[in-house]
Amino acid sequence: MTAGAPPAGTGQAPAADERLLHTSFLRKLLGRPELGSVVGAAAVFLFFALVADSFLQASSFSTVLYASSTIGIMAVPVALLMIGGEFDLSAGVLVTSSALVSSMVSYQMTANVWVGVLVSLLVTLAIGVFNGVLLTRTELPSFIITLGTFLMLTGLNLGFTKLISGTVSTKSTADMEGFSSAKALFASEFTLGEVTVKVTILWWIGLVALATWILLRTRFGNWIYAVGGGADAARAVGVPVARTKILLYTGVAFAAWISGQHLLFSFDVVQSGEGVGNELIYIIAAVIGGCLITGGYGSAIGSAVGAFIFGMTSKGIVYAEWNPDWFKFFLGAMLLLATLLNAWVRKRAEATTR
Amino acid sequence: MARARTGVRALGAVLAAVLVASLAGCSSTGGKRAEDARKAQAAAGKAAVSTPRWTFSMVTHSGDGDTFWDIVQRGAEEAAAKDNINFLYSKSDEGQQQAQLVQTAIDKKVDGLIVTLAKPDAMKDVVKKAVAAGIPVITVNSGSEESKAFGALTHIGQNETVAGEAVGDELNQRDRKKAVCVLHEQGNVGHEQRCAGVKKTFDGEVENLYVEGTNMPDVQASIEAKLQTDRSIDAVVTLGAPFADTAVKAKRSAGSKAEVVTFDLNAKVAAAVKDGTLGFAVDQQPYLQGYEAVDLLWLYRYNADVLGGGLPVLTGPQIITQADAGALEDYTKRGTR
Repeated sequence: MTAGAPPAGTGQAPAADERLLHTSFLRKLLGRPELGSVVGAAAVFLFFALVADSFLQASSFSTVLYASSTIGIMAVPVALLMIGGEFDLSAGVLVTSSALVSSMVSYQMTANVWVGVLVSLLVTLAIGVFNGVLLTRTELPSFIITLGTFLMLTGLNLGFTKLISGTVSTKSTADMEGFSSAKALFASEFTLGEVTVKVTILWWIGLVALATWILLRTRFGNWIYAVGGGADAARAVGVPVARTKILLYTGVAFAAWISGQHLLFSFDVVQSGEGVGNELIYIIAAVIGGCLITGGYGSAIGSAVGAFIFGMTSKGIVYAEWNPDWFKFFLGAMLLLATLLNAWVRKRAEATTR
Repeated sequence: MARARTGVRALGAVLAAVLVASLAGCSSTGGKRAEDARKAQAAAGKAAVSTPRWTFSMVTHSGDGDTFWDIVQRGAEEAAAKDNINFLYSKSDEGQQQAQLVQTAIDKKVDGLIVTLAKPDAMKDVVKKAVAAGIPVITVNSGSEESKAFGALTHIGQNETVAGEAVGDELNQRDRKKAVCVLHEQGNVGHEQRCAGVKKTFDGEVENLYVEGTNMPDVQASIEAKLQTDRSIDAVVTLGAPFADTAVKAKRSAGSKAEVVTFDLNAKVAAAVKDGTLGFAVDQQPYLQGYEAVDLLWLYRYNADVLGGGLPVLTGPQIITQADAGALEDYTKRGTR
């Protein structure tokens, strides 16, 4: 039984504890947060398969998967955070910050690039902890806190890069020691038959698996659902609310570090002004995947499906040879439709369990 | 229910009224009708060649709703119509996204590719991949230094440093002493090069002012504040046509005597240069960048011709002063300059 799914009481005589009752497979399926998004993903896939000839090629599929993975890696911890009832608007620029720190530390210290990678990990996690601590200490809404972090980071990215490198992008670290091994970990690719698989896809699958295990099989996962469902109630039954939220923000920072290193090692150089606006895309992926904006409900697999829908749409429009001006319109429409579908499926699921 | 029905009726009445008003209150000047007449006068876009229908894809770093890229696209589309080309356009202002879009063009096995290299490092691998896949590549607008190394046939564009230097020279001729260079896109290497170019040739002082280009009121307020705090500024250099008009407004409300000059052109800028509100404009002929890119790809496919002899083909800088502006006004109105 998952937390987040409604309690399944069947109409039988209340012989045993309701939580131990047997529920049918179909009912379990209907109670899953990501069901609506899976239906949506199938619909989007079919749609683009019909309107775009080149959408079904193996090479196109690897492009779509790669696009999805770059969103998906971030959508996983953002979904967890949203299940925990909070937002992170600084996630988009945090990715850029992470890449910038890594690149500039390595370059300026003329150190092995792994030094930069590790320093970047520490700095990025520290920013995540900063978000979490500020939130739990001040009890301001996370929207405000992370909006502040978002703006500060945007400025720091531009300011520091200009100050240290003298230009708007970092200097190339491609010829430095350790670059090739770091590239292998964060930005390599290999071929599986006809499909080029980027390593980010593996990171993505790994993160989804890890997050799903945390949510469904660990005490911490229950805490996430509990603090999202109602922080006061959770505190009353002994859930460490502050620690849980700080850890969730740290999780977002960890994923931002992975994404940032991927940016750096796939392009050698980081543009300081990028990343703005992506935080909303991560949130959209999580919401399409069945996360409630109010917290307490959602799943990691859903966020992956949401990211996949996003990847299919953003690239499908290109394969279909449409004018890219319409992309944002489709994204908005998709968001509304997916959310409506999710709400409808959830209502049905709740109705059948009574 | 009843209330909903009255609502619908009221809406219908409003719509009908609007329709009647729009039919009755015709304007005899300007508007859509004048535009249609102009379009009818222009030659209808029919293919002038009998080569097969090739597909060319263009991937730029443009943001959403950018006037400059609109003109580039227009040039490319008109050349595509002449050359019997199926022309595809896509864009993203994030390096990673732009690289993915180029990858989609490779997936589609297009017959020719046009890319901008504003973020050369993000585009390096994927452009090389396209070249390796046998797709002829032409780079436009930005990336003249990297174009050849990535395996592109030709680069078409303006050397931003050279363009900046031209502005510096022109300001010297106008006896200016202190200029402010308004950068509206933090993180754009080309913009930095322009201001650096101005600094290089201008005998006076140049200060850089960073503004939030996506937020016009903020741009105006920033320039205003700058002009109010430093009365000795006698030249404002904006890096995009839409910002010239804003800079003029800022100058007026700040009560400054500074001369506003700008990079790039649009209808408003042409009119303002003509009536002397703006000092001059530096055009890089975006229409030509789009048009030539498509046409040169066509030439390469048809006849294996390559223009430029391994050097960038420059479309600018072209300094437009009061004397030239009048002739360009019509072209800017129809959206090709």
